[in-house]
Amino acid sequence: MNVVRTLAVALLAGLAIPATALGAEGTKIEAQDWSFAPPFGRFDKGQLQRGYKVYQYVCANCHSARLLSYRNLGEPGGPGFSHEAVEALASQAQITDGPDDTGQMYQRPGVPSDRFRSPYANDAAARAANNGALPPDLSVMAKARAGGPDYLYALLTGYGTAPSDMKMSQGMQYNTAFPGHQIAMPNPLVEGVVEYTDGTKPTPDNYAKDVSAFLMWAAEPKLEERYKVGARIMIFLLVFAVIMYLSKRAVWARLHRRDHSESA
Amino acid sequence: MHDQFMVFPTPRNLNYWWTFGGILTFMLAIQIVTGIVLAMHYQPTVDGAFDSVEKIMRDVNWGWLLRYAHTVGASMFFVAVYIHIFRGLYYGSYKAPREVLWILGVIILFLMIATAFMGYSLVWGQMSFWAVTVITNLFSSLDAVIPGLGTTLVQWIWGGFAVGEPTLNRLFALHYLFPFVIAGVVILHIWALHIPGSNNPTGVEVKSAKDTIPFHPYYTIKDGYALVLFCILFGALLFYAPNFLGHPDNYIPANPLQTPPHIVPEWYFLPFYAILRAIPSKLFGVIALIASIGILVFVPWLDTSRIRSVSYRPIFKWFFWLFVICCIALGYLGSQAPDGWYLFFGRLCTAYYFGFFLLIMPIVGFIEGPKKLPGSITQSVLGSKAPPGGSQQHAGGAQ
Repeated sequence: MNVVRTLAVALLAGLAIPATALGAEGTKIEAQDWSFAPPFGRFDKGQLQRGYKVYQYVCANCHSARLLSYRNLGEPGGPGFSHEAVEALASQAQITDGPDDTGQMYQRPGVPSDRFRSPYANDAAARAANNGALPPDLSVMAKARAGGPDYLYALLTGYGTAPSDMKMSQGMQYNTAFPGHQIAMPNPLVEGVVEYTDGTKPTPDNYAKDVSAFLMWAAEPKLEERYKVGARIMIFLLVFAVIMYLSKRAVWARLHRRDHSESA
Repeated sequence: MHDQFMVFPTPRNLNYWWTFGGILTFMLAIQIVTGIVLAMHYQPTVDGAFDSVEKIMRDVNWGWLLRYAHTVGASMFFVAVYIHIFRGLYYGSYKAPREVLWILGVIILFLMIATAFMGYSLVWGQMSFWAVTVITNLFSSLDAVIPGLGTTLVQWIWGGFAVGEPTLNRLFALHYLFPFVIAGVVILHIWALHIPGSNNPTGVEVKSAKDTIPFHPYYTIKDGYALVLFCILFGALLFYAPNFLGHPDNYIPANPLQTPPHIVPEWYFLPFYAILRAIPSKLFGVIALIASIGILVFVPWLDTSRIRSVSYRPIFKWFFWLFVICCIALGYLGSQAPDGWYLFFGRLCTAYYFGFFLLIMPIVGFIEGPKKLPGSITQSVLGSKAPPGGSQQHAGGAQ
């Protein structure tokens, strides 16, 4: 029983404190049902492919994802595009390469080993094009906000009209999920803006859900591998714990037998 | 080796709280092994650090496992060390003849805190960067003692006029060095343990050979079992919630021009952070911060009771558990903004934290009438049917 108590104390000491740091700023983030929820979840390949499409046609116009390469789109545990599809998707982007033999930079179609093309040359260009606001890089966005994909979904579906008593700054949008409720990004998802070919309804709600899942994969491309390895190691540890418990009992039984024979 | 680790006589009544020494040794090994491999792929540069960590997670074979094992491992290391320290406090393991053992432990704690702080900075996310800025700036409080001293010292630590590349490089170099220093002090800690031998839950010294059992197989198997259970908790966090104990802001690359709304350290530093912020003066806040750990060095002499184990101390027991609650409360308060009731309770808990060591330990030890101790370890295990291993030990004013 001591062990249970030990672990409980360890768990409380470790877990109870930072959990309270979540959900700050007075916003409400509702937890969604994700296919990739631990401990046995998997990414929904169809959802990631749709999410990539939303990312490519909507998000990527302003946001970079500089830590991702096109090759990642075909790697295990991801959207699962075929090699040909990855090459085709990469070649849609014009990548600046160089310098060539004459010292000039030049444009060429992308290849799978290229990083995702960033929409702006640098942060200053991004700010200049966006009314002074910098669209953040989305590579690890799903880990960089409290609530993760739940927050992203809440943000993307959180646009609305501001309460009449709230004074909005110029060019800002009202959003229920964003800290402070004023966000520079206009509502990016309207019905039909991206065409879905697999029968999924092209609603803003589906777009938000799919792109949030895609961004979770972008932030944690090894999530499935982590769960799979984790399951094996946890099963091993649980069996090992039983064996260790029985061994411990067997070894200590010698001591108890000795005590018994001496006191008798 | 055979004498010290196989047949080493160990009290027969050690409970599972005694298994954390072995667990800590295991965690140190995990941190060193994963850390060495991570260092092969990490770039200690302002422009490369954040991306190189992500590269480890994405492109290095098993890199995600190494990196998450190292970050979650740091948390588990502190879980274990805090349990280990509270166990020492509860069972009076600091009392003579184990003062040297205890002080070496406090030195290890200091080194661990420094190492964990420096390691956290290497990610070079927003929290890393601003934690380094806040903590290194603490030295500027010395300006209140000698004008200019603090500022000079801070610039010397930074290697410049702001936290930057030279700072990151030295943090990396020292983060690689310190674990080996810890390993060295751990060897001294074990050496200092093996001279008086282990304390035990009764606090009664070993009186006869019957009170002890060989370390192997009895404690190798018991420690091993506890280690596996500990690894289950470690694995659950590592594989299913590796970022649960971290702060999301640290996945935002460091930006010297943008301060996060709340700068908070990792969970294991929150109690000390609460103490720092409870004191209105910066200099005295820093002194309190250092004193909150440094005071542990003097515990063997602050505690005036002749009884080791809190189990036999009916009055002190209440103060002890209140102290545990106070430390957890400080952890929570450290995660909140220091104003209003949070600040009030932060100050209250800080006062109790120091009061516990400076007033309660010395005074309660004098006035308390302890419970009757068992005659020997064997008697405590087997009850009165076992003959007492030595003379009955009565402490002053026994009930």
